[in-house]
Amino acid sequence: MKKLIKEITSVFGPSGDEEKIRKYIKKQINNYVDNVYEDNLGNLIAVKKGKSNGKKIMFAAHMDQIALMITHIDEDGFLRFTNVGGVGHNFLPGTPIVFADGTIGTIGVEKLENINDLEMSKLYIDIGANNQQEAEKIVGIGDTAIYAPNFSENNNRVISNYHDDRIGCVVLIEAIKNIQDNNNELYFVFSTQEEVGLRGAKTAAYQIEPDIGIAVDVTATGDTPESHIMDVSLGEGAAIKIKDNSTITHPLVKDLLIKECKNNSINYQFEVLEFGGTDAGAIHLTKGGIPSGTISIPTRYVHTPTEMVDLSDVKASIELVTALSKSIF
Amino acid sequence: MLLKRLSEASGVSSNESEVRDIIKDNIEDKVDELWTDVMGNLIAVKGKKKKGKKVLLSAHMDEVGLMITGIESNGLLNFRPVGNIDKRSLVSKPVIVGNDKINGVIGSKAIHLQKSSERNNPIPWSNLYIDIGTSSKKEAKKYIELGDFVSFKTKFKQLGINHAKGKAFDDRVGCSVIIDLLKYEYDFPLYVVFSVQEEVGLRGAGRAAFDIEPSMALIIESTSASDVPESEDYEFSSSLDKGPALTIMDKSLISNKKIIQGIINTSKQNDIPYQIKKSNTGGTDAGEISLTKEGIPSAVISLPSRYIHSPVSLISLKDYDYLKKLIKLYLQDLNKGEF
Amino acid sequence: MENKKFLKTLSETNGISGYEKNLADIIEEVFEPYSDKITKDSLGNLTATKWADNKQDDTIDLMLAAHMDEIGLMVKSIDDKGFIRFTNIGGVDPRTLLAQEVIIHGKEDIIGIIGTKSPYLLNNKESSKSPKLNKLYIDTSLKKEKIEEIITIGDMITLKREFMNLKNEYVSGKALDDRAGVVMLYECFKELSYLKSKVNVHAVATVQEEVGVRGANTSTYNIDPDIGIAVDVCHGDMPGVENDLVVEMNKGPAIAFGPHVHQNIFKKMKSIAEDIGIPYQVEPWPHPAGTDTWAIQITKSGVASALVSIPLRYMHTSVETISMKDVRSGGKLLAQFIARIDSDFVEGLRCY
Repeated sequence: MKKLIKEITSVFGPSGDEEKIRKYIKKQINNYVDNVYEDNLGNLIAVKKGKSNGKKIMFAAHMDQIALMITHIDEDGFLRFTNVGGVGHNFLPGTPIVFADGTIGTIGVEKLENINDLEMSKLYIDIGANNQQEAEKIVGIGDTAIYAPNFSENNNRVISNYHDDRIGCVVLIEAIKNIQDNNNELYFVFSTQEEVGLRGAKTAAYQIEPDIGIAVDVTATGDTPESHIMDVSLGEGAAIKIKDNSTITHPLVKDLLIKECKNNSINYQFEVLEFGGTDAGAIHLTKGGIPSGTISIPTRYVHTPTEMVDLSDVKASIELVTALSKSIF
Repeated sequence: MLLKRLSEASGVSSNESEVRDIIKDNIEDKVDELWTDVMGNLIAVKGKKKKGKKVLLSAHMDEVGLMITGIESNGLLNFRPVGNIDKRSLVSKPVIVGNDKINGVIGSKAIHLQKSSERNNPIPWSNLYIDIGTSSKKEAKKYIELGDFVSFKTKFKQLGINHAKGKAFDDRVGCSVIIDLLKYEYDFPLYVVFSVQEEVGLRGAGRAAFDIEPSMALIIESTSASDVPESEDYEFSSSLDKGPALTIMDKSLISNKKIIQGIINTSKQNDIPYQIKKSNTGGTDAGEISLTKEGIPSAVISLPSRYIHSPVSLISLKDYDYLKKLIKLYLQDLNKGEF
Repeated sequence: MENKKFLKTLSETNGISGYEKNLADIIEEVFEPYSDKITKDSLGNLTATKWADNKQDDTIDLMLAAHMDEIGLMVKSIDDKGFIRFTNIGGVDPRTLLAQEVIIHGKEDIIGIIGTKSPYLLNNKESSKSPKLNKLYIDTSLKKEKIEEIITIGDMITLKREFMNLKNEYVSGKALDDRAGVVMLYECFKELSYLKSKVNVHAVATVQEEVGVRGANTSTYNIDPDIGIAVDVCHGDMPGVENDLVVEMNKGPAIAFGPHVHQNIFKKMKSIAEDIGIPYQVEPWPHPAGTDTWAIQITKSGVASALVSIPLRYMHTSVETISMKDVRSGGKLLAQFIARIDSDFVEGLRCY
């Protein structure tokens, strides 16, 4: 699993630019599913057929990443940029980044009178070009770049640039490989454009029309020094989301997740998140309403280049997804 | 010139009749069918029975403006914005109020009477009012009803060699371009939507797309040009006289790559300049259209315009001609089965 | 049931956004005698339907919506001493929470008091500022072990407040936003039992309005109405607020006007009110986010929508205040409007 995490967090796939990651995931799951296809918004959808007594479950993990987009190339060959999704500018200075074609760059900052003056417009990307012409041969306005791959581990704790939400993709990929003899009809959606507004999951849910929707995504924790107050910790199990800014988990789904955790001795914790959202937000408002919830993988330093997860939580999440494949509700 | 008529017509969000009527008159004989939906969108189709995928072009009819929200005992009118307006630009501008087009001016306390602390800040909504010349609430009520829409009284006029000033170029430019494009024949069913209520939350066009279910959508807009003093060149969203602007990403949409690439190919083959819109701010109807039902590949192409969402804005007529030509040629390339 | 008694029951029943089942059960029971059919959808919206007098397949469908959820709080964490930290569900003003009694709905209901650091211990900088939500906590007087037996992260918390009669048919309580709207729908249904109508009326008590008009999205999708009217509350006049942002109390319901309102419905409602002498006010609303109308109007290919509001003071506090007279007039107006709708009117809604 570590190999998969290392690989998948290094594959290029900013919101709206998901070709490479889509191909990568397709290769991983092709042999384990009954059908796999791509829709109009670029979602990758894999199907495992169920039995006649089963229900239709849609799982969604987003494969897109937050990123930077080039907006201007100056005469000295420096690149100005804007954010794709929720990029915090205070984490950027000195961060190595990489473009789709492998071009690398680093982020510099203009001279500041005061560190509080730091904002996105004071930052630029340096790809080592000598001038505008040289830079334009390599990149163009509208091109996107991601944090350079960065994988490391200490025992069970794994740091990478993009656990959000490639770790959710890992959970689904591993579950797809595990699941046998499911009675529910399972739709695994590797969704696009989550980071810019839960977009891919919206159109996928419209087409799939599941009985319930489960997003698999990262969540923040409250177990670091002077962090905001929150009862989620690394290593304490899969988090069952109660609410965030996009959804209040449907009681039916919440109870179902608790039941499966209890029946299968899966470690779990409850999550009350005071910000953010997941694909469940889009899924539950589809058509006449789809009861939805989220399985969250506790993650420290979300949306920074060094996100940290605990592998035991990832395993618990895989077990929970696997359990749902046979769940009767 | 049709653009002049469209620009000078009043059409604050949800009150688009005047604009809709002008458009109806100008396209009626060029389309197979023409109808309005419950939102007020004006929808038409040309080549309905043609084979090929449905293509949707859309532009919004509405403009930002004001609404009368109160009448003071001295006959002055309170108002609030409809859509996102640059509040700093309002004071001392002439306006027309309501469907009877009553003249008014936006007034506020004269600078002589303001405290020095007041002078440094934009005037708050509650201190701005419209004066139509009435002197009591009772008299004002003869002419005005609560909820009356207010638009700016700005004339369209050519400036310099290639530029024009006027109001509501956002998005009468798009309407005007689509009207022009309906003159030509295409090999596929072409649906057009002149949408309502874009400026109050992208509310109209998505509803029309729900019914039409097009295979792709191209939204023709007006976007802010920021090639002006006191902005750094890397902050320019788009610039005048550099051709139509293509949106890669804004707050509502990431444009479909295939459509954008198709337009770029067409522009290169025909030597038409284009620019990539540099900022990712703002949103358009494309956001709603693209997320309709199972998803509709969508993209935005815009005419750069300085000072949008204010009483007067400025465009390049050269850009405008390029915009018309580029979309026409792109649609003809679609004839060859590009999409 | 008498309107005021119904409103008292609703106000004193607890159900924050996402947890409205208790409300739905009561509303179902009260609407039952006046309805032909009652359904609950997958997100919990409750729909009471009254068929047209000569119902056919192509009969016009009209939806009325009032939301039954209330703003409230939720358990976020429990500290070592047993103090409970909480988050808000919907737009809660932290300044109204100090010294407020609350009910934590765990395995059983637990009463608690919202506290914060004593004013005597605040330094000058702190005392000049109002406390933020994350500085507040709930004190239940119970030990941590006991609390953990009963209370879990994610439990709902509601404000403890009894419904109260004021002078002149004014009443006060929590969650009148928008349970008073539900009562207006009820008044409308009672009124309709004396009237003939050509439309199927679907009265929906919607869920999750306070967290982003969510329930109205899906209920409108299911019902697919020709006309959708939301009933909600709006700000009543009070000192210190600009006049053009409020309507007057006790002068009748406010008929909203703006981009979210179909002009034909607005005009018809106004003229009916004038013809039969129901008091009303006009509420101009230039940017109309924030009520169920926002969602109803843009469902599927669009729905002709309108908004009728009850003037209310002190919105989003536990002492929301309205006049029962405004609720009654609003219900009558809706019923009279419904009785005058025919297919010509509905067809006209598409003609611009």
